[in-house]
Amino acid sequence: MDHGSKEHIERQVKVYISVFAALAFLTVVTVAVSYLKLPFAAGVAVALFIALIKGSLVAAFFMHLLTEKQIIFSILAVTALFFAFLLLLPAITSAEVMSYVS
Amino acid sequence: MSTAVIRYIDKPHPVTGVTNAKLGTWCFLASEVMLFGALFSAYVLLRTGVSEWPHGSQFLNVPLATLNTLILITSSVTMVMSWASLMLKQFGKYRLYLAITILLALAFLVVKGFEYGHKFEHHHFPSTNTFYAIYFTLTGLHGLHVIGGVVVNAYFLFFGKRMWETHPEQFAGRIECAGLYWHFVDLVWIFLFPVLYLL
Amino acid sequence: MKEHSSHSHSASLPFWRKYIFSLDHKVIGVQYAVTGLLFLLFGFTLIMLIRWQLAYPGQPLPVIGHLFSEKMMVGGIMLPEFYNQLGAMHGTIMVFLGVVPLAVGGFGNYLVPLQIGAPDMAFPKLNMMSYWVYFMGGLIMLASFFLPEGAAQSGWTSYPPLANLASSGQTFWLLGMVFLITSSLLGSVNFIVTIAQLRADGLSFFRLPFFVWAQFITSFLLLLAFPPLEAAGVLQLMDRLAGTSFFMPSGLVVAGEQLAVSGGGNPVLWQHLFWFLAHPEVYVLILPAMGIVAEILACNTRKPIYGYRSMVYSVVAIGFLSFVVWAHHMFLTGMGTKMSGFFQITTMMISVPSVIILTALALSLWGGSIRFNTPMLFAIAFLPMFGIGGLTGLPLGLAASDVHLHDTYYVIGHFHYVVAPGTIFALFAGVYHWFPKVTGRKMSEVLGKIHFFFSLIFINGVFMPMFLMGLAGVSRRLYDPTQYAHAGSTQPLNVFVSICAWLLALAQIPFVLNFFGSLIFGKKVDRNPWEATTLEWAAPSPPPHGNFDEVPAVYRGPYEYSVPGQARDFWPQHMAKEN
Repeated sequence: MDHGSKEHIERQVKVYISVFAALAFLTVVTVAVSYLKLPFAAGVAVALFIALIKGSLVAAFFMHLLTEKQIIFSILAVTALFFAFLLLLPAITSAEVMSYVS
Repeated sequence: MSTAVIRYIDKPHPVTGVTNAKLGTWCFLASEVMLFGALFSAYVLLRTGVSEWPHGSQFLNVPLATLNTLILITSSVTMVMSWASLMLKQFGKYRLYLAITILLALAFLVVKGFEYGHKFEHHHFPSTNTFYAIYFTLTGLHGLHVIGGVVVNAYFLFFGKRMWETHPEQFAGRIECAGLYWHFVDLVWIFLFPVLYLL
Repeated sequence: MKEHSSHSHSASLPFWRKYIFSLDHKVIGVQYAVTGLLFLLFGFTLIMLIRWQLAYPGQPLPVIGHLFSEKMMVGGIMLPEFYNQLGAMHGTIMVFLGVVPLAVGGFGNYLVPLQIGAPDMAFPKLNMMSYWVYFMGGLIMLASFFLPEGAAQSGWTSYPPLANLASSGQTFWLLGMVFLITSSLLGSVNFIVTIAQLRADGLSFFRLPFFVWAQFITSFLLLLAFPPLEAAGVLQLMDRLAGTSFFMPSGLVVAGEQLAVSGGGNPVLWQHLFWFLAHPEVYVLILPAMGIVAEILACNTRKPIYGYRSMVYSVVAIGFLSFVVWAHHMFLTGMGTKMSGFFQITTMMISVPSVIILTALALSLWGGSIRFNTPMLFAIAFLPMFGIGGLTGLPLGLAASDVHLHDTYYVIGHFHYVVAPGTIFALFAGVYHWFPKVTGRKMSEVLGKIHFFFSLIFINGVFMPMFLMGLAGVSRRLYDPTQYAHAGSTQPLNVFVSICAWLLALAQIPFVLNFFGSLIFGKKVDRNPWEATTLEWAAPSPPPHGNFDEVPAVYRGPYEYSVPGQARDFWPQHMAKEN
């Protein structure tokens, strides 16, 4: 499939509009859910889940990750892995110390 | 013509399938992921380290931030439309969409400015507590990224015509890269918004 | 694509475009290398001042002592504040302004495009920008010495809360670091794209010289490990300038008074973010050095590197693992046993690929017809020196022994063996090896060998006693070790170390003479004086703008030396047929 062709781009434009609608809808949903005053853990899970969907939509369609090349995926996979280390290891380390304190 | 002809500036590399600029932009975005990742990590560590942490909506203006979220995702759409217009060889439409993107970014900054001003009026500063510290740092750094995006896009809006006429493929590639950056800025906000305002 | 004939373009540029704000990777590489060497010299000078204070505490510094301002030395006697500034800035300058710019910015910029057969880096303007951003960072660091309260004093690690409360030098340090980090990021993007996209036809990844592989992995480390320190730097700047409490715990009492900050922060957060960078940074320092040594060993043993593929896999493994070992610097922060177990295991794991590379390099010597020229001597010396540095690191990576050794001179000895007689020796080897390519002239072998043998002797005299002092429990940042009973007994060693350090400085004079003398008097050489195989030797010496006479193509691996059946003992990568 030629990604540069006129027909393809015109089809894409329609997709962009639907993605925009989905993003706007999810924004309203996540705000609405926050007013429900869910228990803390559930609230975090729902909010992050919705943010993850929104982020994936932006990355997949606006940033064309759906049709991107292998080399980009490789770099992003490595980044995601190190991002996870960076986010989790300090928190786990400090959580273990806290568990001794309490 | 220079003796140094650097390959794959406008055409993708036959094996990797991408241009230099696109690969470079993604590498840069990978480093940005780690930059914001470190700040999110700081947020998690600070928050889990204390017994009391305020709910964002207690201190922050959720309706204004919701408006800003909508502004930013709209600007993402206009950005990608501006690139699509270039691919359809409609330079006028490209300019229109890019101008709208810039205006929306400025609108985002104005709203953010009102939010900050409101906080300062109530004597809420970064030094007030760690919640405000992380709030101002994260949104401030994000704001700087928005300003960076405005500068880049404005450059392409006002000085892009000549390159479009001489190297249309390379120019479309540049707009795609500028778009990648702009969508990333949007993406960061998509996570910042619930983390700071709604949790 | 075939327009590699006329050089009129570069010749017509005005001086400042050609040599100052140049877009040519070779000029930028030389700029990086020269700036890096000057900073290495400057950082070395700082520590020689410290060595006086450590050897003869409280005695006035002879001859030059009175040249320093009242805030640095009184009557030639060094003040503790100035001592701390020298220590902090020595570390910062050596690592961030000296070794990395020389190894990555200098050697990487100059050699990577040549070794992959490219006319330049992928983004020449970005390349120029990264040099000037680095330059700005260096200026900010230097300027901090002239602040009323002097430069940063909180060690190169800048641990809060101490660094948060330090004088304005620390703010300059943080600003300087933001510039240096940005420069490294721009540079690393450029390297990754260049190596991924601009390799000559036929140059597959497993035909790359090991040096290019080392630079490729190094670039990923810079790209992904540096941003967290940038974030940490921003947070510390906020703490210092906006009064936030990211690293300030609640109820902190300084000099009997509770600090007027909101508190609620976490000082250990800084250590996590700092070491998330600073451990990969160790590999940023060592990988290019390994790459240089591999190139020089292959060329001067006249045989292929032993186990090229296993070395490549090892360097990739090091790259991955270096991101999950950082907290072995933090065993003493009161880490729990589970997580310290995790980090001890990863630390032991990362030593395996390092040992594979070192072993492969050592085995490469076996059966070779070795040419003992100056670059080869430095490259061979790298092997045992790095070996000592690496092996002495193991006790530091295990929590039980680290409790005793943490922050002692043992640590100083360990990482200096890795970086000084390790990396810096490899960098010297690289300077001697590629000087003919850059200038078209060879450096003097006689002066080179004088430089090598005296450097080798004295550098061991400097760092070997530090292991003994560390085992005796001497802490690393003592202003006056004679004040402590346990440290006082090792004072003779301190005197010995200092004398060796000053002699080491004298041993660098032949290098300086050689470097500048050879620019004018060095023997002129053709494009391949060492009869090497990799692509940079296919270009003229010095290479013109655009590098090659014609676009090179590659037909074989990087180290085809002494191939049976060949008329000559080297078979360059770009030669289609037998030579």
